[in-house]
Amino acid sequence: MIASLFAQAAVTSATVDTGNVHVAGPSIDWLALLPLLILLVGALLTLTFSSFLKSRAPKGLFTWTTVAIAVGAAISALPMWARVQGWNSLMWWNLDQAHTGPFSTAGGAVGIDGFSLFITVVLCIGVVLAALLADDFLRRESMSGPEFYVLLLLSAVGGVIMAMSNDLIVLFIGLETLSIAVYVLAGMNLRRVQSQESGLKYFILGAFSSAFLLYGIAMLYGATGSTNFVDIREFMATVVPIHNGLLLLGLVLVLVGLAFKISAVPFHAWSPDVYDGAPTPATAWMAAGVKAAAVAGLVRVFMLTFSNYASTWKPIMYVLAILSMVLGAALAIVQSNVKRMLAYSSISHAGFILMAIQANSGNGITAAAFYVAVYTFMVAGSFGVATIVGRKGDGNHELSDYQGLVRSNPWLAGSFILLLLAQAGVPFTAGFFAKFLAITAAADAHAVPLALVAMVSAVISAFLYLRIIVAMFMSGGDDGVEDVPRSNRLRVPFAAGLAIGICVVVTVVYGLFPDLLLHNARAATPAAVQYERPSATGSTTAGG
Amino acid sequence: MSASILSAVFASEGAATFPILPALIFVPLIGAVLIALMPKSRPELSRQMAIITGLLTGVLSIALLVEFKTGDAGFQFVVQQTWVQSLDIKFFLGVDGISLFLVVLTGILFPIALFAAKPEHSPKGYYAWLTLLMAGCMGAFLSLDLFLFFLMFEVTLVPLYMLIGKWGHGRRVYAATKFFLYTMLGSAFMLVSIVTLAVVAGAGDKGGVSFDFTKIIATHNLATSTGRWLFLGMAIAFAVKVPSFPFHTWLPDAHTEAPTAGSIDLAGILLKLGTYGFLRYGLELFPEATVWFAPVMLTLATIGVVYGGIVAAMQRNLKRLIAYSSVAHMGFALMGLFALNVEGIEGSVLQMINHGISTGALFILLGFLYTRRHTYEISQLKGIGKVAPVFAGIFTLVMLSSIGVPGLNGFVGEFLILLGTFMAHRWWAVVAATGVIIAALYLLWAYQRVFQGEPDEANKSFPDLKISEKLVMVPLIGLIIFLGIYPKPVLDRIAPSVKRVVTRLEVEVQGFHEPITRNGADLLHITESSHAMNGEHGLGVAANGQEANK
Repeated sequence: MIASLFAQAAVTSATVDTGNVHVAGPSIDWLALLPLLILLVGALLTLTFSSFLKSRAPKGLFTWTTVAIAVGAAISALPMWARVQGWNSLMWWNLDQAHTGPFSTAGGAVGIDGFSLFITVVLCIGVVLAALLADDFLRRESMSGPEFYVLLLLSAVGGVIMAMSNDLIVLFIGLETLSIAVYVLAGMNLRRVQSQESGLKYFILGAFSSAFLLYGIAMLYGATGSTNFVDIREFMATVVPIHNGLLLLGLVLVLVGLAFKISAVPFHAWSPDVYDGAPTPATAWMAAGVKAAAVAGLVRVFMLTFSNYASTWKPIMYVLAILSMVLGAALAIVQSNVKRMLAYSSISHAGFILMAIQANSGNGITAAAFYVAVYTFMVAGSFGVATIVGRKGDGNHELSDYQGLVRSNPWLAGSFILLLLAQAGVPFTAGFFAKFLAITAAADAHAVPLALVAMVSAVISAFLYLRIIVAMFMSGGDDGVEDVPRSNRLRVPFAAGLAIGICVVVTVVYGLFPDLLLHNARAATPAAVQYERPSATGSTTAGG
Repeated sequence: MSASILSAVFASEGAATFPILPALIFVPLIGAVLIALMPKSRPELSRQMAIITGLLTGVLSIALLVEFKTGDAGFQFVVQQTWVQSLDIKFFLGVDGISLFLVVLTGILFPIALFAAKPEHSPKGYYAWLTLLMAGCMGAFLSLDLFLFFLMFEVTLVPLYMLIGKWGHGRRVYAATKFFLYTMLGSAFMLVSIVTLAVVAGAGDKGGVSFDFTKIIATHNLATSTGRWLFLGMAIAFAVKVPSFPFHTWLPDAHTEAPTAGSIDLAGILLKLGTYGFLRYGLELFPEATVWFAPVMLTLATIGVVYGGIVAAMQRNLKRLIAYSSVAHMGFALMGLFALNVEGIEGSVLQMINHGISTGALFILLGFLYTRRHTYEISQLKGIGKVAPVFAGIFTLVMLSSIGVPGLNGFVGEFLILLGTFMAHRWWAVVAATGVIIAALYLLWAYQRVFQGEPDEANKSFPDLKISEKLVMVPLIGLIIFLGIYPKPVLDRIAPSVKRVVTRLEVEVQGFHEPITRNGADLLHITESSHAMNGEHGLGVAANGQEANK
């Protein structure tokens, strides 16, 4: 990207009028980058502000500022969404836009289209949920302070960069920003040795995967002569590579790097350990946010850039999807630790998303977007329950720790049951429609065997969710009739309760009225739009 | 308060044409929500609410029966409402002669199950799940959108899972999980089939995706092999639900551990989802594949009849015994369907209803037995007929109906099925006919061990039925006798829709003719003679058929 920036500068500087050389940078549509900037500036301000605080910050301050920042970022994406979709007005606000449709800015480094904005909003929601879950958790674990929230926001910045990336290098920068923040998040709980192990493990393996990704990017650059998605796409449309070894190697290495982040089998080995060891709200973010960002990366690289090269990468994706779905579900069953179970089940979910991606069609993108959005709520809510049940020390995640939850905390248990059933894909929950759309996409792309494997693995994972549900119904006694002592009742803090409540309500509402979300998921199409150089007058224009 | 809400709902809907089909789904659904909102401290409220809901739905289903236009083969009371625009998924309900009686059966059997058994603990959840189950069953029988059908088919899983898993006996969690996973595995294949069909058939606008049953039926662009694969996917789901022979192993466990109401509804209603599914989403959707698979399905059904009977005879647990007898009886229902003629299919629909009534009644009686003796083990029961004559009497009647003794309801269905199958595939009918004898064997043998002889110490104080328990049995006994003597009203309503299905098979499948062996005989004439309880007529027809076949 840097190279292309300088190339830009060189081109623009050719238009010098007098003797002194103006090195004009690429024009940037700041409004388009607003969500990114709000998150970034918000993170930095939080950090700066907290270091000036003399006394301890008021209870919950950082939580609510983080929530406000994330909500602000999500809202700031709406005008862009309206512009991309070509709306004339946004609620009561008459837009009167000169340009509509997707566009590219910052010298072609960033692509603003339906998909990038959709994922941006999903990431912001993920931040809100994780921050709400973290509120009481951090006080409970004596980890109060702004660090968690700052890292959360920074990793979201990385995620948004990935979602908006229009260039392999930008994608890599986003991935690294995201990952480095999450490495620290995973290892944040200094009192738990598992947390530190988790952080270190994630870091070392993550560094490996980043290296793979970067190496792959280098190969792709060598093979296609560009790192820009649009340029590569045009190159692929015009040139038939005969000696394509370099290209294939590059593609595979990029796939490895991204598959590692969504924890697809066989690049999943880190995820159970890391999910288990990391502080539970951080796990929620990892499962929701990191996965969403990585899916965005996969969609942009494979479905957008290399879509007419699909015959080579589709089979690989096919196998990854099958392995992830089946092994994720099967390995989850033998676990006894709920966090590990959810980790394995999230591997299985990754397989479903890969199934949607391998369809390489509009339906596939819709299904992937829908799945990611719904999954964010389901998994954040589930780990939210685990946050509360983990109790002080964040160590009570065995199946036996959930016994009698139905009696001691009926609402909490009820929410968890609903979220688990949604993950299992039971009708009238959003999870069902997510699976349904992914299967429709696969069937549409003539991958019926894949759809069959998906459904069978859904049944296998249903067993896993049932195991957790059954555990909650048992009181630890013989027949589950007598009451659990009141002392076993868990306190549900307000913020976490709110987060879980949001997740449950959204899961049910989208389950009953899927059109609400489906409508947007359909509009969330990625677009390859060439960056339009600003004209000599220097005004900011963007192609539509 | 709750009643007033319901009446308010009704008043708002009580326009010129009362939307009776949505009401059949939403009344129990709203009831379930209301029960869930009841205070836990007053369990009697939730029971009253459940009974009100159940009775109201029952009355609605009877009203549907009354309003139903006899002789109309198509769908009546159709309601359509778009749900997911882009995929052409609709809230699309309708009822024809085939689904009518299953809906009525659901409407009758659920309230009876509510009266017949009380939960041992936590009544609120129990009644909420039970009414939700009722809503799911109604929805599955009424929906004409493949997607909606699948949803409803799946929705029935969770309530029954909870009922078995929480209110069941001994190994309830094992049984509930097994039931859930088996059925869900079957549905997994069905979902893939449904989705593929919706995509491949392209019945929507401009060849787009559509889940509309009537639209898909109207398109004819399904390749032969595609149709067969899709049929297979659906068949697995339904075969698990029926349950047909190699997929039946979940049923005995589920029945043995289920609470009484769970068993009644499972045997009475939920198993019918399987045979009903075969009829509506197998025979009607995939005519070619149906004809092609018919011998296989017939063979499985016949094995089910004989095998189910033999295994039932070996059982030591009464509930397990009845569960295996269900395998045999549902085998008959499946056999009738794949005879692919009007007699067989009619008999099969009738058998579904009869089995619901008889087996439902048997499970109610076993529930009474369990509340008194807390066991289903045959070896621990002895001489109950001496101490509880009314109980024994009713049990005898229901048992005879289950065996298929002429004059009681079970006979009519099984006779028509055997007749239909005989005309289509003679030897299968011959083998399956032994199933009737085996049924007499296992039921009479069990009866003998449980009810006859001198009661021992444990059984001496076995109290006879209370008046409330007798009252519960009255409607079922009435139906058993009525349908045995005069099934014409039922057959009259079933026949047109069944003829529609068979005609469609003949039109759609090249070279297929309805397997019949008589010349232009009026169908209703035959069926009437068969339930005139006169052995001569019945035999005469069979012999007639044999002659014509030569």
